[in-house]
Amino acid sequence: MSINGQAYIVGAYEHPLRKAPDKSLAQLHAEVALGALADAGLSKDDVDGYFCGGDVPGTGPFSMVDYLNLRVRHADSTNIGGASYILHVNHAAQAIAAGKCDVALVTLAGRPRSEGVPKGGLKRTDSPVQPDYAWETPFGMTILNVYAMCAMRHMHEFGTTAEQLAWVKVAASHHAQHNPNAMLRDLVTVDDVLNSTLVADPLHKLDCCIVSDGGGAVVVTRPEIARQLKRPLVKIRGAGEAVKHTAGGAIDLTYSAGRFSGAAAFAEANLTPADVKYASVYDSFTITVIVQLEDLGFCAKGEGGRFVADGNLIAGVGRLPVNTDGGGLCNNHPFNRGGITKIIEAVRQLRGEAHPAVQVANCDIALAHGTGGMLGTRHGGATLIIERE
Amino acid sequence: MSVLREALDHQPETKAFWSELAEGRFKLCYCRACERAHWYPRAICPHCASPETEWRAASGQGTIYSYSIARTAAEPFAIAYVTLAEGPTMMTNIVGSDFAEIAIGKPVEIAFGHEAEDGITLPVFRLA
Ligand SMILES: [Zn+2]
Repeated sequence: MSINGQAYIVGAYEHPLRKAPDKSLAQLHAEVALGALADAGLSKDDVDGYFCGGDVPGTGPFSMVDYLNLRVRHADSTNIGGASYILHVNHAAQAIAAGKCDVALVTLAGRPRSEGVPKGGLKRTDSPVQPDYAWETPFGMTILNVYAMCAMRHMHEFGTTAEQLAWVKVAASHHAQHNPNAMLRDLVTVDDVLNSTLVADPLHKLDCCIVSDGGGAVVVTRPEIARQLKRPLVKIRGAGEAVKHTAGGAIDLTYSAGRFSGAAAFAEANLTPADVKYASVYDSFTITVIVQLEDLGFCAKGEGGRFVADGNLIAGVGRLPVNTDGGGLCNNHPFNRGGITKIIEAVRQLRGEAHPAVQVANCDIALAHGTGGMLGTRHGGATLIIERE
Repeated sequence: MSVLREALDHQPETKAFWSELAEGRFKLCYCRACERAHWYPRAICPHCASPETEWRAASGQGTIYSYSIARTAAEPFAIAYVTLAEGPTMMTNIVGSDFAEIAIGKPVEIAFGHEAEDGITLPVFRLA
């Protein structure tokens, strides 16, 4: 069974706040849920499927379904880190195609800024029960330094440079200057990135995403319901997911799970990277974007550094506009998870509702891709390809 | 009890690794069915799924596959992936070396006597 054409994204909403000290976590989830439903022209009583990641308060869907007072006949709390929500759209489309639900709600929210963020790179939130824990954590592994090791190896094998990494941030800042809600709106140059603090060789401070409060939500439904609503039709064409890990010690830091999730998504959509007019690509760090663009097939393996240089990701300038909301590097990265904003900006582009300064002309095919977890140890990849009908 | 001690208590299948390392012996987990070493050590071979695994003495030699210097830590340190002479690549620290001397491809050797805060000996490496 394919999900191609079986479901549509009809609602999308990004919380305008980037710091929310006066709101609870459940309240933020509820606000983005109701925002996305209002965008679709639906109400909470239409929802019969709920999808959430590891950012919800409590166990799986229980507390949020209770808080929102939903009546669901399908729920899925698969957690692959920040890429979960892209995977959820895939699972929602599968559930809809199988008749398990009609209106699926996906939410992400968090308030890490208000709750305090440890300095020097976030520690993992892993448990000592994990079989891998004792073989990584005692060496001081953080999210930051394990992504840094991926960047170091990429530079070694392919000649990728710090300047090329910096171009990813420069492009994000060019887009964020037009987003009134973006956390960082100042234009950044390659030199600004290289002159920022070296935090974990070869990554500088400005190679790293922001930490923001807030969240977002999307609503997925079946074609018959989508056609009754008044919003532009955004059809799901294909999706893929994969998990990459340490393979018994056969470590290769140069590629991500996106190699497999991307191939599956393009095959299901019957499309190629050349068809994609806009791409939301997970930008936890600048290196993440480069590795994923290669794995998704936008350039050959090892060419990512050259591909992103000289403004090639900037709307109106380059060949492939990426993260036109400013991405996780400048706009928003709620709960340290960027998946939902990746879908939301792709939907805006297909609807023609991106900021006019970054709107891609004739944007008919868009891609959203995420890497959740640790690029250099275990992570999930999720790819979604959507089309303006 | 430290979190590492707690983690080890959860993993009886790798208890021998830590007690051997504390005595100055670096052991790798091998599979008697497929004759391959793996990392991290486990009771069931990740290559062929055989439960016939055993500890064998390892050379303690390897090369740096990748690394980073964690510069924002209170005491900056070098984290690395080292590819062992026996095949598997493992996460570790490079100790006792100038950060500027550390590079991908350089040979390293196991450095005994480095303990986590609760007295657990860690498998770390130094430039050879
Ligand atoms: Zn085996």
